[in-house]
Amino acid sequence: MHALYRGRRFRNSLAMILSVVAAAIGLGWLVLILAVLVFKGVSGLNLAVFTEMTPPPGSAGGLLNAIVGSLILTGLAILMGTPIGIFAGTYMAEYGRDSKLTTVVRFINDILLSAPSIVIGLFVYETMVLAMGNFSGIAGAVALAIIVIPVVVRTTEDMLLLVPNTLREAASALGAPRWHVISHVAYKAAKTGMITGVLLAIARISGETAPLLFTALNNQFWSVDLLAPMPSLPVVIFQFALSPYEDWQQLAWTGALLITITVLALSIIARALSARKMET
Amino acid sequence: MTERTILRSAGSDRSRTLRKFAVTDAVFRGLTYSAAVAVLVLLGGVIVALVHGSYPALSTFGLEFFTTQAWNPVTEHFGALAPIYGTIVTSIIALILAVPVGIGIAIFLTEICPMALRRPIGIAVELLAGIPSIIYGIWGLFVFAPFLQQYVQPALIATFSGIPGLSSLFAGPPYGIGVLTASLILAIMILPFITAITRDVFETTPPMLKESAYGLGCTTWEVVTKVVLPFTRVGVIGGIMLALGRALGETMAVTFVIGNAHRISASILAPGTTISASIANEFTEAIGELYTSSLIALGLILFVITFIVLAAARYLLLRIERRLGN
Repeated sequence: MHALYRGRRFRNSLAMILSVVAAAIGLGWLVLILAVLVFKGVSGLNLAVFTEMTPPPGSAGGLLNAIVGSLILTGLAILMGTPIGIFAGTYMAEYGRDSKLTTVVRFINDILLSAPSIVIGLFVYETMVLAMGNFSGIAGAVALAIIVIPVVVRTTEDMLLLVPNTLREAASALGAPRWHVISHVAYKAAKTGMITGVLLAIARISGETAPLLFTALNNQFWSVDLLAPMPSLPVVIFQFALSPYEDWQQLAWTGALLITITVLALSIIARALSARKMET
Repeated sequence: MTERTILRSAGSDRSRTLRKFAVTDAVFRGLTYSAAVAVLVLLGGVIVALVHGSYPALSTFGLEFFTTQAWNPVTEHFGALAPIYGTIVTSIIALILAVPVGIGIAIFLTEICPMALRRPIGIAVELLAGIPSIIYGIWGLFVFAPFLQQYVQPALIATFSGIPGLSSLFAGPPYGIGVLTASLILAIMILPFITAITRDVFETTPPMLKESAYGLGCTTWEVVTKVVLPFTRVGVIGGIMLALGRALGETMAVTFVIGNAHRISASILAPGTTISASIANEFTEAIGELYTSSLIALGLILFVITFIVLAAARYLLLRIERRLGN
């Protein structure tokens, strides 16, 4: 009996130690990756990064055109993807709560949420780049917008479902039409959650590279023309990191640091917002 | 004005406003409905576009496309076997590495970790999921691969050189980049998904079940393996499949470290390729309809594989959610 008891206790301690080790591994990677990024990226961080264009190999330069390109692509994608996402989520939570369409859309949306983003790039290449005859900023923005939609749909639906029905009933009883009830009462109650969704979508697309490779492509020069190829930070990182030139690689590290800071800040803000929401 | 006309005009005002409400209501409802339908159309559009784009390649090579590993842009002969093989092998190795660690972290978070630390550690693990794929790629190429090349791979080759079977699995010069490196990076990337979902489904175990097991004198490990895991099995498998779906489609991180070689090697230290890495590396350089079309066909295969895996994952997770609802 005693040996059996000791064996069980031993197995338990072993398993518990291993799970602590697992947690240490998980946290260790995060710390390791961030430490390397800061260590490698900070040394290249100077004013030129924000004021000069991406250079040819061997000369000095910065990431200005890539940063601006990324901002334009991300901003446009959010402008295009958010309304569609919010409307679709609204239909699912407000009008067709138990309808067949909602069930199907929810399922398909969840799949789009984790679908490989490179496939989205191929899709936009097939439908837009081939039709327009060249790579363009607008094609890149559309590709990113397609990634935004499922994120926003999911959070909008979830947040609207959390709004208590009594609120809607109270507004309806005052004679407000349905769309007033939704836009003035339900949206207002779900606002923080929906903003969180948009922030998460921005975080998600600001590091996306694969769908931009053959839609927006890249551009060594300053370009705000939506019908021409447009540079973006992730694609510049991809190109520069795989190049043999050391100054390009340095710029890639600096760009990586910038993106990571942005993404982590966005996800932390989103989390803080939703945490505050839960307390109230 | 008499009292009657005032009432009448008020009545017509009222009906006019009501009519306006009815119209705007219908417009708003129509807008939301078409957005919901647009999500479906989007998925349909992706499938149609990929099928259309891959038609030239599939009609030229037929079934042979799936069974040959030839990939020759000069003679325009293409086969998808090497990238399919690489995609599946890297994902499976990644799962083998990440599943125990991910479940271990979930056990830590739900059973051992002090309450005050649960949220911060949970968030930290989830932040790992938010880091863009390209960051893992550049880190893998410049930090992780050289480390593996210098310290880990020579040791692996030396250790397994005398053992039949394993010696061919760990053969060849230590390049640093290759199938194993890609699998390791994938494992790190999918770890947070496995952890987050496993933790969430673990938390669905009714406390009473766990308490009764503890009351019988079970150790924590016995509670986890005999109560929590059997109760949440479906959800854990769903989470693992979801992670598998991510691993199959992961592009940038793999592209940096896999070596992009269109051949199947017995050694997991050798360079290989995956579907998404091939597309990312070669698409903009692909000249000629057949080359482009072959790459799009690869995309179609990837989409079909991930669709099946993700659909299965969602179905399993839905079953857990339904049980919670009841």
